[in-house]
Amino acid sequence: MRQVLSVLVENEPGVLSRVAGLFSGRGFNIESLNVAPTLDPSVSHMTIATYGDAQIIEQIIKQLRKLVSVIKVVEFADSAVVEREMVVFRVNAEESKRSEILRIVDIFRCKVVDVSLNEFTIEATGSHDKLEAILTLLTRFGIKEIARTGTVAMRRALQNVD
Amino acid sequence: MKMTGARILLECLKREGVDIVFGYPGGAVLDIYHDLNRDETLRHILVRHEQGAAHAADGYARASGKVGVCLVTSGPGATNIVTGLATAYADSIPVVAITGQVHTHLIGNDAFQEVDIVGITRPCTKHNFLVKDLKRLALTVREAFHLARSGRPGPVLIDFPKDLMTQSTEFVWPEEVRMRSYNPTYRPNLNQLRRAAELMAVSERPLLLAGGGVISSDASRELRALAHDFSIPVTSTLMGLGAFPGDDPLFLGMLGMHGTYAANKAVNKADLIIAAGARFDDRVTGRLETFAPKAKIIHIDIDPTSIRKNVEVDVPVVGDCAMSLEGLHEVLRTRDAENPHDWEASHAAWLGQLREWHDARPLTYSSDGDSLKPQQVVEAVQRITGGKAVYTTEVGQNQMWAAQFLTITEPRTFITSGGLGTMGYGLPAAIGVQFALPDRLVIDIAGDGSIQMNIQELMTAVCNRLPIKILILNNSYLGMVRQWQELFYEHNYSFTCMEEGQPDFVKLAEAYGAEGYRISTIGELDSVLPVALSSPSPAIIDVRVAKEENVYPMVPAGAALDEMLLV
Repeated sequence: MRQVLSVLVENEPGVLSRVAGLFSGRGFNIESLNVAPTLDPSVSHMTIATYGDAQIIEQIIKQLRKLVSVIKVVEFADSAVVEREMVVFRVNAEESKRSEILRIVDIFRCKVVDVSLNEFTIEATGSHDKLEAILTLLTRFGIKEIARTGTVAMRRALQNVD
Repeated sequence: MKMTGARILLECLKREGVDIVFGYPGGAVLDIYHDLNRDETLRHILVRHEQGAAHAADGYARASGKVGVCLVTSGPGATNIVTGLATAYADSIPVVAITGQVHTHLIGNDAFQEVDIVGITRPCTKHNFLVKDLKRLALTVREAFHLARSGRPGPVLIDFPKDLMTQSTEFVWPEEVRMRSYNPTYRPNLNQLRRAAELMAVSERPLLLAGGGVISSDASRELRALAHDFSIPVTSTLMGLGAFPGDDPLFLGMLGMHGTYAANKAVNKADLIIAAGARFDDRVTGRLETFAPKAKIIHIDIDPTSIRKNVEVDVPVVGDCAMSLEGLHEVLRTRDAENPHDWEASHAAWLGQLREWHDARPLTYSSDGDSLKPQQVVEAVQRITGGKAVYTTEVGQNQMWAAQFLTITEPRTFITSGGLGTMGYGLPAAIGVQFALPDRLVIDIAGDGSIQMNIQELMTAVCNRLPIKILILNNSYLGMVRQWQELFYEHNYSFTCMEEGQPDFVKLAEAYGAEGYRISTIGELDSVLPVALSSPSPAIIDVRVAKEENVYPMVPAGAALDEMLLV
């Protein structure tokens, strides 16, 4: 089971290693981890994507809450969350392949952010699964370099049910 | 008022109620020691190795219920306390450790005696701090003590760079300490208590399981009331010994790997286990899949991570043990008032069964006349002290025989490294205990292996005229390891025989200025032991016991609790 956790922590040195050390020391998995400032300079926001069975996920959440530097842990249910990753990559784009690549870029609403004689540099944003799909489609052209962020996530605003 | 960092630190310690510090000086703490020597209210005890300082602070904390404090220098001074911190962390003991650190501008430069002790101790402290801003020092000390003693207690480390010790700033004592990210839950959820009470009301074979949390939350009175008023038998983990009187008819003894037959059978047949302040460690549960197969489990613990970590729980109660047990008692009383229930009658058959198990297989050993049996020695100690002594132990067979054959009737009088199993713990811990309880007889039940791990602290005991008694159950083996080798490793006693590598413990005692006694026969046990134990001096009592005696019952690693090897 994949679980995305939103973790508010004190913005102080060493917090990242406390969180990372918790995962490594207890044998928990981290798929990705993103840290960024919030509007409150004393608080940082971590988005952690992890996986494990229900009991492990429960332990991860409890152990995170137990860390003295952790202010709040929110677990997201799949349906109620907006989840995004971003990837930038360079792909082979010879003359004959360009139009096909551009079509895929268009379908997935990505952007070509740099062009050279034989390569496109493409920026894509979306869910974890969407980025996986784009990369799968473009792999056959030859991806030369790739840089990818971890997941950031946010709870959806409450929906009006009527 | 403007004060130097060193002065602020000492002032903060005093305001936190500290009157004794165990420590060892060195380059990075010279400025603190400069002031400490002139301080009239703070007492400093010079140990002989920093590990001893950490264990002494830990022993002091366990015996007194207060926060133990140790003070050491940077680098090797700091790394030497790591085992002590890990010991305190595993057993949830409130300790504040202060380490000197190199000058702020040298941090990260591989300076002389520099280590990243905050990094090193991150996984073996409840929390730790590097002081970067002198203005925050007082608040940091305040937070460190608050963290150490509240919630699930534990060790906290403050790393203090040398340059800040001599700088001055305005001293402001923060009256309040409030941390937005730290709010332990003390008060149990009433609905959970009601659910627990319902399970108790329908249980025919309930069992209370007391862990170290009952002792650290001073919940013995509440535990006794619950057991007596609702007629529930009690077993205890190693850490919980003393939480419930060892001579109470409802007490079954310790459970687990070397637990009593009655206690382990009880776990196996119980239909309800009410665990308080215990964390279902592997030494307690045996093979998890077969642990308490018939029982529903109510688990009371102040640390939510302890609950459902190892065993499935039917009713989790997050809260302070004392408040939770009292709350449960109250809910049951209210329930009784509306709907009377004869607890004694409904548990009578169960208590009868437990009595039968107890009588069928009491803790025992075979005496073959010739050699002294270690169990016999522990029984003699119990007889002579009348249960009035406070005990520490080392780790291994000595610890298990002490746990089995001493009758511990009060909390905070059986002090042992349970979770980490630290050899060399008992002597320095006994020093801390003796400072906490100056009028009590303190006995370290030791083995000939363990005692050599921190023997240097005998000098600390002698210098401070602490009449600690070190009773060595000397079998010339690393006995517990040898026992495993005998039972599970084809009798291959690989590097566990100490016979040829053993000092003369009597002469060793004398070299340190302590008394040395040797006991090799039953006659000497009767004649020498009472004399040795009543001596006003620190003493080593070297008791030569049967070499290949095993601790039984024993649940082999990975076996179910009722698959015990018996004598």
